[in-house]
Amino acid sequence: MKILIAILICAYSVAAQQIGNPTTQDGVMPPRGTIAIRNAKIVTVSGPDIERGTIVIRDGKIEAVGANVSVPAGAQSIDGTGLSVYPGMIDAGTNMGLVEVPQGANGTVDLSEVGDLNPNAKAIIAVNPHSAHIAVTRVEGITNTLTAPTGGLISGQAALINLLGTAPKEMAVVPQVALVINYPRVAGGGGGFGGFQQQTASLTETLQANERQVDQIRKLLRDAEAYGRAQDAYAKDKSLPRPDRNVVLEPLIPYVRGEQPVIFRADREAEIRGALRFADEMKLKPIILGGNDASKVVNLLKEKNVPVILTGIFSLPPREDDTYDSLYENAAKLQQAGVRFCISTGDAGPEVRNLAQYAGMAAAFGLSKADAVKAVTLYPAQILNVADRLGSIEVGKMANLVVTDGDLLEIRTRIRYLLIDGRSVVLTSRHTELNDAFKNRK
Amino acid sequence: MKRVIAKLLLIAIVSTIPINAARAQRPVAPETLIRNATVITVTHGTLQNTDVLMRNGKIAAVGKNLNASPNARVIDGTGKYVMPGIIDCHSHSMLDTINEGTLAVTSMVRTEDVLNTTDVDLYRELAGGVTTLNLLHGSANPIGGLNTVVKIKYGRPASEFLFPGAMPGIKFALGENVKQSSRPNQPGVTRRYPNTRMGVEEVIRDAFTRARDYKRTWDEYREASKKDKNLIPPRRDLQLEPLVEILEGKRYVHAHCYIVSEILMLINLADEFGFKIKTFQHALEGYKVAKEIAAHGAGASIFADSWGYKIEAYDAIPYNAAIMTRAGVVVSMNSDSDERARRLNIEAAKAMHWGDLTEEQALKLVTFNPAIQLGIQERVGSIDVGKDADIAIWNGHPFSVYSRVDTTFVDGEVFFDREKDLARRSELAKERAALEQAEPNRPRSQGPSPQTPRRRPSGHEDDDIEIEKP
Repeated sequence: MKILIAILICAYSVAAQQIGNPTTQDGVMPPRGTIAIRNAKIVTVSGPDIERGTIVIRDGKIEAVGANVSVPAGAQSIDGTGLSVYPGMIDAGTNMGLVEVPQGANGTVDLSEVGDLNPNAKAIIAVNPHSAHIAVTRVEGITNTLTAPTGGLISGQAALINLLGTAPKEMAVVPQVALVINYPRVAGGGGGFGGFQQQTASLTETLQANERQVDQIRKLLRDAEAYGRAQDAYAKDKSLPRPDRNVVLEPLIPYVRGEQPVIFRADREAEIRGALRFADEMKLKPIILGGNDASKVVNLLKEKNVPVILTGIFSLPPREDDTYDSLYENAAKLQQAGVRFCISTGDAGPEVRNLAQYAGMAAAFGLSKADAVKAVTLYPAQILNVADRLGSIEVGKMANLVVTDGDLLEIRTRIRYLLIDGRSVVLTSRHTELNDAFKNRK
Repeated sequence: MKRVIAKLLLIAIVSTIPINAARAQRPVAPETLIRNATVITVTHGTLQNTDVLMRNGKIAAVGKNLNASPNARVIDGTGKYVMPGIIDCHSHSMLDTINEGTLAVTSMVRTEDVLNTTDVDLYRELAGGVTTLNLLHGSANPIGGLNTVVKIKYGRPASEFLFPGAMPGIKFALGENVKQSSRPNQPGVTRRYPNTRMGVEEVIRDAFTRARDYKRTWDEYREASKKDKNLIPPRRDLQLEPLVEILEGKRYVHAHCYIVSEILMLINLADEFGFKIKTFQHALEGYKVAKEIAAHGAGASIFADSWGYKIEAYDAIPYNAAIMTRAGVVVSMNSDSDERARRLNIEAAKAMHWGDLTEEQALKLVTFNPAIQLGIQERVGSIDVGKDADIAIWNGHPFSVYSRVDTTFVDGEVFFDREKDLARRSELAKERAALEQAEPNRPRSQGPSPQTPRRRPSGHEDDDIEIEKP
């Protein structure tokens, strides 16, 4: 216990000075404890801002929030005077930890399995807790990412992780949070496939090829339904012939039963509509990932109550005659139309740290500043069904908190303290270490 | 013979007439007065409640309560910010092709020959307050092609894009791209030389050795021909001529590089041959050798991001700009991407977030410093009387993520105006709908699918960055 307290004190003194090595690199998680952030502006996101208040964190959870909350005896105290507390940001569209260096270091790439149908490829198996991208990202105030496999038609299952931990299990908030499907692109093949194919086939052939790919997905999902029914029937009546277990079909059961969401990667109008039609037909619970053309499908998205994870805010407008700001203002258009959405970088890892600027740019083009903050906190939590644990500052939620010296989304704002799962994280990364090593070289 | 010459002269004169006539017809930039704005001069502070007067394409006056001619356009700048046009020191916009990648030395090819003035990304860059681009050849070769510095005069002929008086330049490249390390070995196909960073040094050394001999041959000829007019001149070598210009200090070298060893290699080689590297482009590990770069007198044109996507980018840090600036290196932030070019204001602000540069230092990263790196600092890069009226009006401080551009001027003319853009949208939507309904454009129900013209991938970076999106 004495050692624990020593580590605790050590961790805080280091955090305050923002120097030293990330404690996770030593294989030791920073401890949870009782922490109070006093006299800070608290942006709860789910409710009104508290101009001057206190947050008490105990055992990883937010225990109390308010203007008149007292600091419990023995709590570590952080003076928040002049600072703001926000919920940690969530990027719901990354490959964090599945790839370290995409070019020239294939050994570090665990993104895409061989073959088109890989529902059993689980991101949480391969996520590298010691990837340099993780610390680089979290020190900018991003506490959670959805990390998804890519490739094929059914890419696999995405994980929702805390950006802290020495093992994948410690990081997992929801180890299998969604199934990821690349909705097949007309004239381009599905997902990462066929991007460079020459457009030589006739339109009819192209559409048929597309339909065949959709059929492949359909068939597997139908098989999974049947498999689930067979397993259930056997569970009730052991006199039936025992159906074999199947590792490909088994993980699909909660998705084909609409219990868990299916993420469809789809940017263009045709693919978004196709994915919605397909989800309807198969009675899935869809989420659109990408959504560049989502503003053209708002009525349908609203009617079906399908949320969109927007990843293209910093992409060039896809067509030459699109307005220059068509993707900057995509979020505002969805908001106005009443479509649920959140904002993501869509980045593999290195530039997830820029998430705040994606939201800020959406706010420069029509989204309110408050909604822009929600678009990277509460909205992704709601879309991924974890709003009971993440996304806002409320009693009982996981203490994933960011203490800043200003507006969360502004470029010049600094992160002063970071808590993930109630653990105070030292604000160092591979980048701060290299900076420290070379900044004074004479 | 005389007749032939006379004819040629006549043709020359006649053929210039339409061009001159067209030039004469083009309206002179109207006089514009921006009133009561916050003026970010970059070189001498930020001035509150200040007017900027643009006349004949130049900044005519900066001050309080300025007077303009009666027919001048007056813009109320209350609450707005006026900033010099952003200069992107590494762009491939409007280039129909980027790499002549067949040879290791391609100093004979020119980006100026492949300008596509209709590239819509130019307009999108104007909408981000960008007015000047350094159009560079790609990074396929140790010695690449010649660059072109342009003002973004979107909608005008290519000749009007060319930045008058900009220093001629050339692209060099080092490291993974030129040794083609991401290109797999193919049976029966010999790899292009060089294949290592050693070979890259040798290729450049060989080229400059030849260039030095070539220069000597011409110098000797010129000297000798003063006495003997009948001497036959040496054969011209279009590959070596630009390298001679480098040796004579008449052409700037913009060298793509990443890691310490190759940066130091090029500094040493340039010192040995007696020329200067004007900019190290990307220079992701520049912070490790900032003092050597400063001592050579080179600048650096870098990113805040683009780290970790390949091995040679794994040690890139966003503190690079700050460390090099403090070491005395002239640093700029570039895009190398039609996408990123639209938000270089954000890239510059990142140097305040990572590394604590002052606001003035950070502003210079996308204005005055790239102007120095292109030899155009007397014309652009700050708001000073007499400089070109290349200016953007922002609706908030350009370092705020919530700001956007209202109007962009190049040589005093409006090339982007958000209000006009918004006003045209419904009209353009109607035009598009009508075109789609026109008989020749309707998709066929059968037969071959319509051929889409192949475009260079948008937002292309010369490094072939291919990070998979989820």
